[in-house]
Amino acid sequence: MDSMLPPPVRRIALDRDPTVAPARPPVNGAPTATPTAAPVAARTPRPRPAGTLVSERMRAESVWLAYGENWVVRDVSLPMRQGEVLALIGASGSGKTTFLRSLNRLTEITAGAARSGRITLDGQEIHELEVNDLRQRVSMVFQQPNPFPMSIFDNVAYALAERGRRRRRRTPELEEAVADALRRAGLYEEVAGDLDRPALKLSGGQQQRLCIARALAVQPEVLLLDEPCSALDPISTATIEELIVELRESVAVVIVTHNLQQAFRVADHVAFMHLGELVEYGPSEQVFDHPTVQRTRDYISGAFG
Amino acid sequence: MATAELGGRRTPPAVAQPPREDISSWPLIDRIAYWLCWATGIALCAIAAAIVLFMLVKGISYLRPSLLLHSPAPSLHQSQSGGFLDPIIGTLIVTLIGILLAAPVGVALAAWLSEYGRPAWLARAVESSIEMIAGVPSIVLAIFGLIIFSQSFLGFLSSQASDGAVTAQSFLVAGIVMAVLALPLVFGATREALSQLPARLREASYALGKTRATTTWRVLLPSIRPGIAGGVVLSMGRIIGDTAIIVILLGTTLKNEPNGGVPVLGTLRGTGSTLTSYVYGNSPAGEGNAPQKAYAAAFVLLMMVLALNALVTRLTTGRTPRSSRPFPGARFWPLGR
Repeated sequence: MDSMLPPPVRRIALDRDPTVAPARPPVNGAPTATPTAAPVAARTPRPRPAGTLVSERMRAESVWLAYGENWVVRDVSLPMRQGEVLALIGASGSGKTTFLRSLNRLTEITAGAARSGRITLDGQEIHELEVNDLRQRVSMVFQQPNPFPMSIFDNVAYALAERGRRRRRRTPELEEAVADALRRAGLYEEVAGDLDRPALKLSGGQQQRLCIARALAVQPEVLLLDEPCSALDPISTATIEELIVELRESVAVVIVTHNLQQAFRVADHVAFMHLGELVEYGPSEQVFDHPTVQRTRDYISGAFG
Repeated sequence: MATAELGGRRTPPAVAQPPREDISSWPLIDRIAYWLCWATGIALCAIAAAIVLFMLVKGISYLRPSLLLHSPAPSLHQSQSGGFLDPIIGTLIVTLIGILLAAPVGVALAAWLSEYGRPAWLARAVESSIEMIAGVPSIVLAIFGLIIFSQSFLGFLSSQASDGAVTAQSFLVAGIVMAVLALPLVFGATREALSQLPARLREASYALGKTRATTTWRVLLPSIRPGIAGGVVLSMGRIIGDTAIIVILLGTTLKNEPNGGVPVLGTLRGTGSTLTSYVYGNSPAGEGNAPQKAYAAAFVLLMMVLALNALVTRLTTGRTPRSSRPFPGARFWPLGR
């Protein structure tokens, strides 16, 4: 998780106020950074079959998040759509990870975390959903690969186990479900020979794909990825990026990343956050090639961050 | 050729060892303290070696296989007073009862405290209670047990005279009080192991929509199995070595005397002795006055405890090399305490 203290503010553009977005027509007093209902970018970083259905699954509206007295996310509104990848970029301490964790209410396991605003999943406020149901529908992959210290098979089977059932017998259906999840995560061919191997014996990249398989096994509608490649080598990273782009067909993918190239490679929409505020949101082509806010321009060109 | 040049340079240069730090520049007081540290370390090794060697020499010279296979017999003459089969069995019974009670309760308490711990006042109370129990001398626990278990409604655990008086002396009673003695050790080891688990393990499970209960039962507790095992073995050593509770709550009869005709239950409700009380009874300080047997029994006792200690080390550090351990928490402390 990002540090709870905001990073020191570095003055980067002396001639203008760095945090204020340029005037945009406010819509009915909506927050300043209203997401533009932009169409899917004409030029996506990776081609995809034409006619992919893009539908909104989750929506954040004026979300404020605090740890104790510290407001770490301020008035963020974003849509999350199936059929596209949304990348959250920004410097450390910009609230990206906190925002991501609030989407499946993982912030709640931190004492003193508070939220205002609305987050909806298929139109329903997530606070009205049972928390464990929500987390199955909005599952998450973390920065560090964190497989459980069990076999590869059990890692996925654990995710599949129904509530209240201690242990599921190893039925053919279960085996098929596990294999299916591993296939979707692109790991099956590599591990099919020995699913009973301890998961911790896998390489880092394989472990992370196992974690993705585990997250996919619960059949989520939204997949949250918190810097999933930051602990991995470039080849594993490339594999996982390809996987992310494939996955967007079936789930809404939200990825937090520090790596701008990665955001450019995988994302259809990009949201740039700074010090808890949403500075700019738009199709990745627009944000990367023609950012409208000075601060975004500075971040993307490497002036800070 | 470049390769030839490289090949020529393959001889490693002479390695100059950096000079070791010289303490002659230290202030006098630091030098004295430094030598004292050395001396205490060596003295400690000497004491440990002396205990083992002494018991080895004394014990082995008196130890006969027959001692392990025969029950004690009432005789003033050492050659006719039998072996210590009954105390060995007694030790096993008491340890088993103590562990079977302490392990599940200790693990459950630790899991509750570390994973739920609500309401906070109750968690604090539980924590201080366990710390308090950990500090109670076993003789005090024994006296407390005597008061509790001599209540007539608890007479079924030991033997009860026709006038209603309860002896409060039986394997069951001693085992239950031993469980109280062992509880803090199991609790401490489990709790420490749980707190060493990385937060990402819990988060990974919560992020899959698993409840706290499922997470604890299916992920956390299996991950700390070596830690729990270490705590259990450690507390077994504690139970095996305790004398006060045995002397007061087990009756220290020469043989294990069943109470009533039911085979197993009779023994559990009956009195007996363990190796510690046997050693005490036969040492020059006790009544039996068979020091040779006391030495032999003490040797067996020492070997049991040493074997358990070795087992703790094995369980907690594991057979796997350090590098392939799943995460730092796979190795945890309870050895040090």
